[in-house]
Amino acid sequence: MKKRSFIERFAAVPHSVWALLFIVAPLIFVVYFAFTDTYGNFTFDNITMLSSYTHIFVLSVCFALIATVICLLIGYPLAFFISQLKPKTQKLLVVLLMLPMWISLLIRTYSLLALLDNGGLFNSLLEKLGFERVKIVGTSGAVILGMVYDFLPYMVLPIYTSVSKLDARYLEAAHDLGCNNIKTLFKVVLPLSVPGVISGITMVFVPSISTFYISQKLGGGSFDLIGDTIERQFQNVSTYNMGAAISLVMMILILISVAVMNKFSDGDEGSVIV
Amino acid sequence: MKKLISLVIVSAIVLSLCLCLTSCGDDSSSGGSTTLYVYNWGEYISDGSEDSLDVNAAFEEYCKEELGLNVKVNYSTYASNEDLYAKLSSGAVSYDVVIPSDYMVARLAAEGLIREVNPEENIPNFEYIDDDFKGLYYDPQNKFSVPYTYGTVGVIYNTDLVDEDEENLGSWALMWDEDYAGNILQFNNPRDAFGTAQFYLGQSVNTEDPEEWRQAIDLLKDQKAVVQGYVMDEIFNKMKGGSAAIASYYAGDYFTMYADNDLLSFYYPQEGTNVFVDAMCIPTSAQNYELALEYINFMLSEEVAIENAEYICYASPNSLVYENEDYIEYMTEEVHPDAMEILYGYKDLGIPMEYYFDLPDETRNLMNELWEELKIESTIGVAIYVICGVIIFALIALLVSRIVIKKRRQYYFDKYSK
Amino acid sequence: MKTLSKIYIWVIFALLYAPIIILVLFSFNRAGSLNHFSTFSLYWYKELFRDPTALNALKNSLYLAVGSSLLATVIGTFAALGINKMRNKFFKNALTSVTNIPMMNPDIVTGVSMMLLFVAAASMPFLPIKFGAVTMLIAHTTFNLPYVILSVLPRFKQMDKHLTEAALDLGCTPAQTFFRVELPSILPGVISGLMLGFTLSLDDFVISHFVSSPDFQTLPLYVYNQTAHEVKFSMYALCALMVFVILGLLLAVNFAGSKGKNKKAKVLPMGGIQ
Repeated sequence: MKKRSFIERFAAVPHSVWALLFIVAPLIFVVYFAFTDTYGNFTFDNITMLSSYTHIFVLSVCFALIATVICLLIGYPLAFFISQLKPKTQKLLVVLLMLPMWISLLIRTYSLLALLDNGGLFNSLLEKLGFERVKIVGTSGAVILGMVYDFLPYMVLPIYTSVSKLDARYLEAAHDLGCNNIKTLFKVVLPLSVPGVISGITMVFVPSISTFYISQKLGGGSFDLIGDTIERQFQNVSTYNMGAAISLVMMILILISVAVMNKFSDGDEGSVIV
Repeated sequence: MKKLISLVIVSAIVLSLCLCLTSCGDDSSSGGSTTLYVYNWGEYISDGSEDSLDVNAAFEEYCKEELGLNVKVNYSTYASNEDLYAKLSSGAVSYDVVIPSDYMVARLAAEGLIREVNPEENIPNFEYIDDDFKGLYYDPQNKFSVPYTYGTVGVIYNTDLVDEDEENLGSWALMWDEDYAGNILQFNNPRDAFGTAQFYLGQSVNTEDPEEWRQAIDLLKDQKAVVQGYVMDEIFNKMKGGSAAIASYYAGDYFTMYADNDLLSFYYPQEGTNVFVDAMCIPTSAQNYELALEYINFMLSEEVAIENAEYICYASPNSLVYENEDYIEYMTEEVHPDAMEILYGYKDLGIPMEYYFDLPDETRNLMNELWEELKIESTIGVAIYVICGVIIFALIALLVSRIVIKKRRQYYFDKYSK
Repeated sequence: MKTLSKIYIWVIFALLYAPIIILVLFSFNRAGSLNHFSTFSLYWYKELFRDPTALNALKNSLYLAVGSSLLATVIGTFAALGINKMRNKFFKNALTSVTNIPMMNPDIVTGVSMMLLFVAAASMPFLPIKFGAVTMLIAHTTFNLPYVILSVLPRFKQMDKHLTEAALDLGCTPAQTFFRVELPSILPGVISGLMLGFTLSLDDFVISHFVSSPDFQTLPLYVYNQTAHEVKFSMYALCALMVFVILGLLLAVNFAGSKGKNKKAKVLPMGGIQ
């Protein structure tokens, strides 16, 4: 084996140091703060106190799950339909789909708020047409709507990528072997796009469960999610220890679910084409 | 294609580098300039918008001309006293001037987070401050703070959406009125929100009896069903646009909203309400103590104080302002016919007014815990849980069926391949 | 079926764009109200360019995006080189998984953990760290690093080893080999990493929200502060400008070169993450 040069040997050192200082050390501080009180004494209080936040965790998981499923239900057909169009149109639509992803989440959420607020454009339009105002902002529906609106492109793009990469010969083969369109979709296209679906789900679920801006603006501060609770602990009441404990639990939950999700897609790879 | 991408990115970077460099050039050409960090409430200074005086720019100019100093004011804002405390106590920020409210001044002073200003010696313009605002409970020796504005909390309502003959008008009860469910805005900070409930209950806002605090939180929890949201300065857009009908907020801000929506009306609840003083202080971590004193003095000088008072519409403790006839005329003619009575005449209304005191640690912790309880409690429809349950069930079913199918395939594969 | 799918696509895109278009439209409204449109004017754009806070935020954003993406690219490229040549399997795996943590973790946890690190550092007498430009640079570089490494590492793996050997045999020093042979062949990966870092840094709100101080604002933080107070319509103008710039960039990148041979829809790196 060839000897590695000096550069090659030490090239990763700056990054290792950086990772140690700014990725590992901060996480150690999260753990440290989660298990200490304000005076730095070791305690389990923060963890036991978490039981009073169970409600928040359940609520966040519910909201995020529903938003993810709605995104999937809207996004899958969208991605599939786009992939059936002419290449040039596809390209344009993909760019149009990516544009919202590059526009700050704050702007998108705020524009939704401006549209849907009680005195907003949508309601004044309703009023002019002679209908009653609908209260949208400040309901749980608004929070979920916000998540769907903000994160839909993150669902569509990965699915589109995996659907459009499909080898057209599989579809021809399916047709030749007697599948109709719908059967082809469910037996061939869907199983083959599982990796895209999985990464779409991850890309929607993780930001949904940890969001705080959406629930603050569209939920009117009445639906506290995990993100809001953490944000308040750090920016408002400076109870870092409690906030660290909540963050720790959320991080573990998410890492576990992402790992499970990845298992889900790994196991499929051999068995899809039958 | 690759070339194009690299072209775009390189040009973007070069462009921004140029931008950075030119702006660096600006900074360095002014040579030895100091930056004064000011941290204030949002919407709490005349900022030059809509033909008003830009106070910070004026101060920079003043320093250049009168003192021969190159000063840049770095101005940033917070939404509540608690936010300010969180930033200061983290220790990882440094400001030269901050403007907390009375009880927060007391707390910051007690914890050594602000340093002595000694306005009587260091701030020449301090002599114009009304004697009523000297030596108040939060700073009995006038050591740490210089009053900037004072004000009161009241109820703002939209006359288009609230009946004129509504019997709850004039009382805190309006904030709990179920007829206006979904149209009421509550404070998004514990001290003010608890205040509304405590005044409504007839308690002292400075009570140290845990039982009374629990009563107040119960009342706030009841209110959660009718509240549209917990807001701070978001209230401006909500009230102006008619998105909400009723809100409690600071009297001075009512006038700012009124300027854009004359359907809004205001009253002091008869059960009593809060009066507060916001005062300028210098944090212990300040880097430019002398300049900060200069800034505070500048804020009290006649022209600036009047511009500020006219812009933010809060009552001023500065005699140069409230005795100035142009100011009085402006407030009455341009702002609101009753502006002077609402801002300065509240003492004659016979409504009990109370300051917030700095609560002892125990009470404050209790208050924060109860507030946390209120915030994390939310009532959502059963439908959400049901849908969620169905989704989880479907996921599990999918997972199980996949495993079963796979096992079966394996079985047949093994069976027939032998 | 064809028409139905087309209608579906258009409906979803219309819904996706409605709030943004309204935001852009009303930024030209002289009245500064969402309820009625008075006259078309550029008044709010003028107000925006008069607002020193907004201009400062723009300047900070650009500084930070350039600084953090360059720093991350330099550290990340060397790290990729080192990781590629690393022989210790355990260390290699550990380093790559640690590197990926900021990508897997929800932003809020990364933000909170860094904030705790900096607060802890600030409490030590010999480390007078303050929230602001430095902490922001560190945080942004940290979350850019995994993306840079992810786009550079495959290039190293694909690289023809014989080229390096040939260069060494022909008398190049290891350093010369790196700069003359290896760097050119990994350059596309380096550039896309740099670009990705630049845009991610421009766009980041959540992490910045925790590690910045109010006197060092970037554009997203400025928007956040605006929406937390009385929203001035100059913010609408800012949002509209951001939308225009992003749209222009995306269209330029995707269409200007499309006359050439490449058939595949080329998208900005975001689509390539997953």
